[in-house]
Amino acid sequence: MTAVGSGRTRLEGHDKVTGAARYAGDVPADGLLHGWPVLATIPRGRITGIDTSAVQAMPGVVAVLHHGNSPRLVEGAGWTDADPNLQLLQDDRIPYAGWPVALVVAETFEQARAAAMALPVKYHAQPWDVTFSAAHPGLYTPDEVNLHQPSETAHGDLDAGLSASAVVLDRTYTTPEEHHNAMEPHAAIAQWVGGRLEVVDSNQGSYAVAQDLAKLFALDLSQVRVRSEHVGGGFGSKATTRPPAVLAAMAATVLCRPVRVVLTRRHMFSLVGYRPPTSQRIRLGAAPDGRLLAYEHLTATQTATTFEYVEPAGVVGKVMYAADALRIGHRVVRLDVPIPKWMRGPGEAPGAFALESAMDELAEKCGIDPIDLRIRNEPAVAPGSGRPFTSRNVVACYLEGAKRFGWYERDPRPGIRREGRWWLGTGMGAATYPGETAPATAAATAEIDGTVTIRITAADIGTGARTALAQIAADALSLPVEWIRMRIADSDFGPAILAGHSFGTASWGLAVDEACKALRARTTGTPTEPITVQVNTAELIQAMGRPERHAFGAQFAEVAVDVLSGEVRVRRLLGVYAIGRVVNPLTARSQLVGGMVWGLSMALHEEAVRDPAFGGHLNANLAGYHYAANADVPDIEVGWVDDPDLANPTGIKGAGEIGIVGVAAAIANAVWHATGIRHRNLPITPARVLATPPEGPRA
Amino acid sequence: MKEFTYVRPAAVIEAVTLRAGRPGSRYLAGGTNLVDLMKIGVEQPDELIDVTGLGMDRIETTLDAGLRIGAAVSNSDLAVHPAVRQDFAALSQAILSGASGQLRNMATVGGNLLQRTRCAYFADISLPCNKRNPGSGCPALAGEHHNHAILGWSEHCVATHPSDMVVALMAYDATVEAHTPSGPVRIPISDFYRPVADTPHLETTLPEHALITGVTVPPAPPASSRYRKVRERASFAFATGSVAAALTVRAGAVHAVRIALGGAASHPWRASTAEAALLGEPATEDSFAKAAAAELAEARPLPHNQYKVALLRDLIVAVLGDLAVEAGA
Repeated sequence: MTAVGSGRTRLEGHDKVTGAARYAGDVPADGLLHGWPVLATIPRGRITGIDTSAVQAMPGVVAVLHHGNSPRLVEGAGWTDADPNLQLLQDDRIPYAGWPVALVVAETFEQARAAAMALPVKYHAQPWDVTFSAAHPGLYTPDEVNLHQPSETAHGDLDAGLSASAVVLDRTYTTPEEHHNAMEPHAAIAQWVGGRLEVVDSNQGSYAVAQDLAKLFALDLSQVRVRSEHVGGGFGSKATTRPPAVLAAMAATVLCRPVRVVLTRRHMFSLVGYRPPTSQRIRLGAAPDGRLLAYEHLTATQTATTFEYVEPAGVVGKVMYAADALRIGHRVVRLDVPIPKWMRGPGEAPGAFALESAMDELAEKCGIDPIDLRIRNEPAVAPGSGRPFTSRNVVACYLEGAKRFGWYERDPRPGIRREGRWWLGTGMGAATYPGETAPATAAATAEIDGTVTIRITAADIGTGARTALAQIAADALSLPVEWIRMRIADSDFGPAILAGHSFGTASWGLAVDEACKALRARTTGTPTEPITVQVNTAELIQAMGRPERHAFGAQFAEVAVDVLSGEVRVRRLLGVYAIGRVVNPLTARSQLVGGMVWGLSMALHEEAVRDPAFGGHLNANLAGYHYAANADVPDIEVGWVDDPDLANPTGIKGAGEIGIVGVAAAIANAVWHATGIRHRNLPITPARVLATPPEGPRA
Repeated sequence: MKEFTYVRPAAVIEAVTLRAGRPGSRYLAGGTNLVDLMKIGVEQPDELIDVTGLGMDRIETTLDAGLRIGAAVSNSDLAVHPAVRQDFAALSQAILSGASGQLRNMATVGGNLLQRTRCAYFADISLPCNKRNPGSGCPALAGEHHNHAILGWSEHCVATHPSDMVVALMAYDATVEAHTPSGPVRIPISDFYRPVADTPHLETTLPEHALITGVTVPPAPPASSRYRKVRERASFAFATGSVAAALTVRAGAVHAVRIALGGAASHPWRASTAEAALLGEPATEDSFAKAAAAELAEARPLPHNQYKVALLRDLIVAVLGDLAVEAGA
């Protein structure tokens, strides 16, 4: 029996549940100092004065760093693009409320916090604009959306397709600003050890963080070491360098002592990225049999004044359905707001809410079952590129899901099922996410005790990556998993792609597999001295090209809606996925369930609120920013179908993001099925349900 | 958080004397609200007087089958007390619908009475707020107020009181007992919260430096009672609207009724107008709807909390309807 494919608990599970695992905020150090970022309270303007005198006399305060006295940083640091959020305490400009204007450093966490709250900062405020709307005059068409993808994609004659269509749907869907709240807040500890800057950080990719720190502080990469052995959730918010690592390194450099910076929830709302709001207009034109003649997906979204991140909500349209004419476009407006960045399923998560809701509406208009409608529009090639898919098993997901869920016993009519005060309904939506592979370096060492040590700058952000990689190594070496020692998340192990974009296991797994095969070719049996081989998969991946390789899924939901109170409860969720080879069914299932819970939260709860008069967030904490509580989460069932795809020789596609994609649409579609009311604006709160009462008898 | 000292008095009178002698001090019980507010700078006491060791942690059944609840009784203990569950069901249900298990284990009855509002402007010291900083203004009126008051608010403050427990205590006609430097006082809960008027920073009629020592609840009316809460998620959220009600039906008519509303006003709101309209009327949905409409006739919703008018009206009707069914009417 192979290790890959069998469920295993996490290698570090015992350490985590007993508290032995050290996170960045737990690492002890002699003479440790604590830094607390002071945040701007205005959204645009300049700092006119920071009076540090009183604060410096407060108990335990060691330093107050600000733009007037902090070390100068080299510009240009950032992963793939220069990140202005890393140019901390360099000048007096305020680009958004929540921007760090100072770092108070003290002997204890409490002293730093007290001093930070007492620090008087004077501002000259300038007029600001923090309010997104799809009618904003500042909207423009960017050249690119997230990570240099084209902003616009089109083929065929859209207008002709729409006018030839028997059925036309024209709808606008909105998603709000959504924020990261991983269980472990961002944290870093930095210190100089023997001429090296040593940082323990909570991140998704220590190598890229080391590169950024080297650039910022004008150091050779060999002078920087970044580790992130345990990370309590990332989801994109820790993908690349975030302010704590930079601020801790600045203070450690100035003060020649170890410095730790841990963010609060409020800090996180402005400093770690977030999903920007979207307004998506979708036009679908179909023949009477539901076949799409035209599909247009136009997204409007917001970004910051200092960086152009464009949420790529339209990318789902390049993958999901065949249409004679296709047009995908994005527009964005720069506002005086924090920089948006990646959040689980960037693009696909909000995009699938709009597209999969629209497909449900089209199914209703055409009188066709929603699954049948989707199957009728299965594309032969990728609609965006015209190139073939390496594999596409979404229909198998529909059919397996329909069978498990009892979909075909469903009466399609809305608003006819009651159970006491609850109106009941079911809905579904499709999911997709790329299954790409990126380069990584891995080393395998045959030890003299017969074990093998694997070194790779992978990050286990709670997903079980460490365990999955050990399983891959065990099979490649024909050894038991217990004989594999995993060393990860240390920039000294060489370049490796970060844990993002569902890249991780497929990319690191390929490198580990290659390294183990190379080691096997070098040695048989137990060596008398340790033997190490190191591989890098850059060339291999170059040769693979960038094929149309995607994971797929089908989401099903059953909901109960009390139309008098506005309460929506999800009673059942089922997700069936085609995600290539599943390395560890236990942790893969957890990852998919986690994504679905987030999708539920997106559907019903999450929404950041900003006051235009002051420019900052009003609910930047876990009491005010609602996510699903345990009581909101029903039994969740997860399954997967066979999805062989050796375009990456490991067969792995990744399970990180796809769990969230399509869930909000499945729930919104179920709310329609329950009540007959379409909810096109997320989240579906009691106030929104009450604002649109259904027709017919109320109780 | 500002540095503070911590003292642990051995008797109620000692606690009150300490409090009176130090203007910047605060009583500390469970700390589930006060400590949070200290962390964000809304409260900046220089001394905390721990009142959890003063013997105020007992629940007693009085001779007439009422309750006397010590101020330091935890929310969890009160909710599961057999007498509470049997005779004061709405109180038990209200408590269990609030916060989370961990918070209820720490939070006390006295502290629950004095909970501060969850208004976002109150919680951000960089923003104006008449309740926190009198005279600075109320940005919620023109800003974010989707979960703010529709009843009893003034142009100076539109915040709600967040407690669930007190909504039930209001329906049960509880009395707050407190100790002041000049001796004990008793305040009926209907007089305990001040109208907002132009003094939203003055929330209760509790005398200066007084320490709440307990709550008494008169015998439960011979009626079934219940608490229903609507919120934006199934747990761990403050009410968008809630109703505590008790109903006695005789010969098909309303013989006695108690209704209190949460999430509706600056303090838990006794629906006296609806109660008066119902007495002697047939215990039917029609009567309930008329009474609820009468109560909410004086509602003044703002642009983003208009949904609450229908929500509270329908909740009153639904809860009374359920109680009527239970009573066999």
